[in-house]
Amino acid sequence: MSKPFTRSTTAGVLFDAPGPKARARNRIFGVLSLLGIAGLLWYVFDALNDNGQFDAALWDVFQYTAIQQRIVDGLVSTLEAFGLAAVFSLVLGALLAAGQLSEHKPVRWVCVSVVQFFRAMPLLILIVALYYAFFAKEPMWALVLGLSLYNGSVQAEIIRSGVNAVPRGQGEAAYALGMRKTQVMTGILVPQAVRSMLPTMIGQLVVTLKDTSLGFIITYHELLFVGKAIATQPLNSAGFPYIPVVLVIGPIYIAMCLLLTALARWIEARGRRGANRRTSAAA
Amino acid sequence: MGFLFEDGNFALFRDGFLQTIELSALSALLALLLGTLLAAFRVSPVPVLRAFGTGWVTIFRNTPLTVLFFAVTFGLPPLGVHFSHLVFAVLALGSYTAAFVCEVLRSGINTVPIGQAEAARSLGLTFGQTLTQVVLPQAARTVLAPMSSVFIALPRNSAIAGAFSVSELYSAQQTFSERGYSIFAIFFWVACAYLVISATVALLFRFLESRLAVAR
Repeated sequence: MSKPFTRSTTAGVLFDAPGPKARARNRIFGVLSLLGIAGLLWYVFDALNDNGQFDAALWDVFQYTAIQQRIVDGLVSTLEAFGLAAVFSLVLGALLAAGQLSEHKPVRWVCVSVVQFFRAMPLLILIVALYYAFFAKEPMWALVLGLSLYNGSVQAEIIRSGVNAVPRGQGEAAYALGMRKTQVMTGILVPQAVRSMLPTMIGQLVVTLKDTSLGFIITYHELLFVGKAIATQPLNSAGFPYIPVVLVIGPIYIAMCLLLTALARWIEARGRRGANRRTSAAA
Repeated sequence: MGFLFEDGNFALFRDGFLQTIELSALSALLALLLGTLLAAFRVSPVPVLRAFGTGWVTIFRNTPLTVLFFAVTFGLPPLGVHFSHLVFAVLALGSYTAAFVCEVLRSGINTVPIGQAEAARSLGLTFGQTLTQVVLPQAARTVLAPMSSVFIALPRNSAIAGAFSVSELYSAQQTFSERGYSIFAIFFWVACAYLVISATVALLFRFLESRLAVAR
C-alpha cells in the first residue's frame, strides 16, 4: 500500500494496518483457521455422506411435482400468515403507540399494560392458548392473532420511541400554528417517527416472518409443517429424509429474511441521502 | 384457578418451571461463551475468522428457532449423535442466541472510544490482549441494556423446546390442556411463571447496570 498512514478499509479499531511481520503472522493464522474450518465442514460432510444422507434415493422425493407443489403451497401459507400478521401488527402497533402517548391516564395505563404483558409472554404459549381456546378448527387465525398481538406490542414500542425521538420543536411549532392534537400526531409526529424507525420496524417484520414457523406446532400447514410431513411420509424406502428437508427449507427461510433485511438496509440508505439527513438517535 | 393445587398438578408445574430455568441458564451460558468468541472472530485481523463469524451470524439470525430445533432434534440422531432432549435444546437455543449476543457485543466494541484501543496498541499489547483486557470489558459494560433484552427473550424462546420433547413449562401447559382444565386458568399460571422469570432477569440486569454503568 502506498499510503502507510491511512487505515486500510479492512483494518478495524483493534489492530493497525498490518506490516510485513504481522501480515505473515496473520497469514499463518488465516491458513490454520481455514484448515480448522475446512476440517469441520469436511467432518460434517463426511458424517452426512457416510450416513447416506446424500444418496440420490433420499433426495428423490423432491423430484415429484406433487411434493414440489406441496412445498410451494407451504411457502404460500407461510407468506399468507406473515402478510396478515404484518398488516395487523403494524395497525395494532400504531393504535397502541397512540394510546401509550395519550393524555388520558386510563387509556395510557391500559395500553402500557397491554404492551408490557404481550411483550413478556412467550409467543408459543400465547398461540397455543388461542388455538385451544378459540381456533381449534382454524390454526391460521390462532397464529395470525398471536403474532399480531406480540409483534404489535413490539411495534408499538418502536413507534412510541420514534415519536419521542422527534425533536420537541416540531410538535411545539405545530401547536403554535394552531393544529389540533390529532393533526399534530398524524400530520407531523408520526410521519417523521415512521421515517426514522422504518429500518427497525422492518427488522421486527423479519422476526414476525421467522415466528410464522411456530404454526408448525399448532398444525398450521406452513413451510416447516409441510417439510416434516414430507420427511415422515412412508413413500420413500431409503429412509426418512429429515436432513435433506432441513437443507431445503432452511435456505428458503434464510433467503426470505435476508431479502427483508436488504429492503430495510436500502430504505435506511435512502433515508440518509439528500437534505433530510436527520435520523433519530434511537434508531 | 385452583386446579394447580389438585392431583399432583403442582409437582408437574414445578418440575416444568425448574426445567425451563435449567434450560434457559445452560443456553445462556453457551450463548454468552460462544457469542463472545464469535464477536472476537468478527473483529479479528484474520479474514477467514471474520468470514466465519459473519457466516454464523447470518445463518443463525435468519433461521427460525423452530427450524433449528427441528434440525437438531431430527437431524442429529440419524448421524449417530445421541444426547438427551435437554442437551439438544441447549445446543439449538444456545447457538441461536449466540448470534444475537455476538451482534450486541460487536456494536459495543464499536462504541468504545478509538483512543482506548490505540493507547493499548501503542503500549505494545497484542490484538488478544487489547481485546480481552481493554476493549471487551468496556464494551460489555456499555451494552448491558441491549444484552438484557437478548437474555429476557431467551427464556421466552425456550418455550419452543417444549414442543420438542423437553418437559418444561410449555409441555406442562400441554399436559394440563389434555387433562381438560380451563384454558384460561392454565394460561394464567403459565403466564405468571414466565413473568416471574422475565422480571427476575430484568432485575438482575438492572442491578448489574447500576453496579457497572460507565459514566461517559
